[in-house]
Amino acid sequence: MLAATLRRSSAVLRPAAVRSPLRIQRATLATAAPDTSSRTCGGLSDQDRIFTNLYGKHDFRLAGALKRGDWYKTKEIILKGDTWIIDEMKASGLRGRGGAGFPSGLKWSFMNKPGGPDGRPRYLVVNADEGEPGTCKDREIMRHDPHKLVEGCLLAGRAMNANAAYIYIRGEFYNEASHLQEAINEAYKAGLIGKNACGSGFDFDVYVHRGAGAYICGEETSLIESIEGKAGKPRLKPPFPADVGLFGCPTTVANVETVAVAPTILRRGGSWFAGMGRARNSGTKLFCISGHVNNPCTVEEEMSIPLRDLIEKHCGGIRGGWDNLLGIIPGGSSVPVLPKKMCEEVLMDFDSLRDAQSGLGTAAVIVMDKSTDIVQAISRLSAFYQHESCGQCTPCREGTGWLANMMRRFETGDAKMSEIDMIEELSRQIEGHTICALVRTVT
Amino acid sequence: MLPILARRMAACRRAVPPLAAAAPAIRRPFSASAVAASDKLFVHRDTPDNNETVPFEFTSQNLARAREIMKKYPPQYKKAATLPLLDLAQRQNGWTSIATMNYIAKMLDVPPMRVYEVATFYTMYNREPVGKYFLQVCTTTPCQLCGSDEILDTIQKHLGIKVGETTKDKTFTLVEVECAGACVNAPVLAVNDDYFEDLTSEATIKILDELKKGGSPKPGPVSGRQNCEPKAGLTSLTTPPTGPGFGIRKDL
Repeated sequence: MLAATLRRSSAVLRPAAVRSPLRIQRATLATAAPDTSSRTCGGLSDQDRIFTNLYGKHDFRLAGALKRGDWYKTKEIILKGDTWIIDEMKASGLRGRGGAGFPSGLKWSFMNKPGGPDGRPRYLVVNADEGEPGTCKDREIMRHDPHKLVEGCLLAGRAMNANAAYIYIRGEFYNEASHLQEAINEAYKAGLIGKNACGSGFDFDVYVHRGAGAYICGEETSLIESIEGKAGKPRLKPPFPADVGLFGCPTTVANVETVAVAPTILRRGGSWFAGMGRARNSGTKLFCISGHVNNPCTVEEEMSIPLRDLIEKHCGGIRGGWDNLLGIIPGGSSVPVLPKKMCEEVLMDFDSLRDAQSGLGTAAVIVMDKSTDIVQAISRLSAFYQHESCGQCTPCREGTGWLANMMRRFETGDAKMSEIDMIEELSRQIEGHTICALVRTVT
Repeated sequence: MLPILARRMAACRRAVPPLAAAAPAIRRPFSASAVAASDKLFVHRDTPDNNETVPFEFTSQNLARAREIMKKYPPQYKKAATLPLLDLAQRQNGWTSIATMNYIAKMLDVPPMRVYEVATFYTMYNREPVGKYFLQVCTTTPCQLCGSDEILDTIQKHLGIKVGETTKDKTFTLVEVECAGACVNAPVLAVNDDYFEDLTSEATIKILDELKKGGSPKPGPVSGRQNCEPKAGLTSLTTPPTGPGFGIRKDL
């Protein structure tokens, strides 16, 4: 990312050098059919919002959750069976909300292998280790709508025929973990989870496991290591967690938002969810807009909303007006910066941002206006990655340090011109030579 | 050769005692490793208040809690409780000493090294005593864009300590942390477990002064908004939430 950002930042200073943002992509096997609908997405109505207590204006406890329609006909959904749930999730087109955007229905189906159960327990692990700079959506779900997550665990667990769910929540979120634990206790007491959950005959436990401050534990295998009581160092894949995961058993790791939207999708139908957003990018999404906007906020909007609309509508625009914009990181610190010209046209979904050579990531929009020292901002992110490298693979452990040192030199103006090329070469040397994808985001 | 390395080598040569210089039995190439650039020392050094003989045991209340925690994990994977038990011990003891680590290791039937590994890997275990209020300022990019450096400066000036230090009266310890996960409420300061958000220098000083007096300032955004909604007024969720069964599919 660093080298790309440097190049782009210089492009921002010289507008003539900016490439055409929507240049025609060469069709490859992975290229989706172009979306021909001309509807502009956005303008989601309150009735289509899933997280109705996002801002904590209402009671987060069971009584309030029931009033908002949680736990409604959960038993009936469970009794429909795993195939029905998975088909419905596939029909909804939901893609994982943790950043990678893998189709959720497909991922959940990996747990039900032909040949039936092999006697080992199965686990659902919910990734609530929200640490990607810019991202703060799961926090709002856990502290204001925890029952959506608990119910989601039960239904996702049913789809995978899992025995228990572990919710791995970052250690700093103590109050959020308390709210979640309270919701779980209430659900146990009301017979909604535990033995014979909701009276459906399905047994399912939900546990909260608090982390202790390590960004890398957001990676699925290191998260599993961390629940097992070890240092959070990623494992080599294969074997994938769906074969050998938590405690050596089949495991699926899913993001909080993915799991928490599942009950509403199943109640209202996959076609309702698929009707929002562009094809292949369906549904609603929580966007967290931070940085130099007039009103930073977290908001649930339709996928594929134009980035500019999102900012103008919900955040009161950029500080000092749109022309004061320098660049936007559209999906958390791990994705490349978009220069202003691209920000005007890009849509907030997986495919549009991928075509713009960035990514949706966690939909954490970090806005930077012209007062920003972009080199300093990126330098801070390099320092972040240096701090958060787990130290297991040498290229990452050493490389992140080198990158951070170089960036610090760029920041203070002590660098040589040749270092710009060097940083690019270095990032290519690190990328792909490690176990996990941390360095892919660094570079 | 780098000039700094040359200077170091020269200094090293000067420092070699004459006897050793006279008998160069084994020739080893000179090498200098980089200074470990971590925030904390990973090696344990015995001090009067941090050594194996300092007693530590869970209180009966915490012991009951610990048993509850251990029930969450399969009985053959007792080790899984390492993180939560270390956290519980830190809450009781105030910080994670070598004695607490040994105690947890014994409790979970694992070699102490397995617990040391965990305690040194994760940043939330303080292996040195900290003040009553543990101030954690997030300075990662989203907070930095909103002025976290200023907040950090304000705290340093107001309390007269630098990052990583504790005030003389053991009330405040200041650290810089990576993303706290409350970016739309930047800048963020966490005091122990509570987040103070949307900070300004004045608000920070007010919070610190109140804490000094033994008060308990209200956590959350100081800007007047309730949570993460836009501060100029709601742009969504303006109508009452829909009730049970809204828009439900027909076959349920």
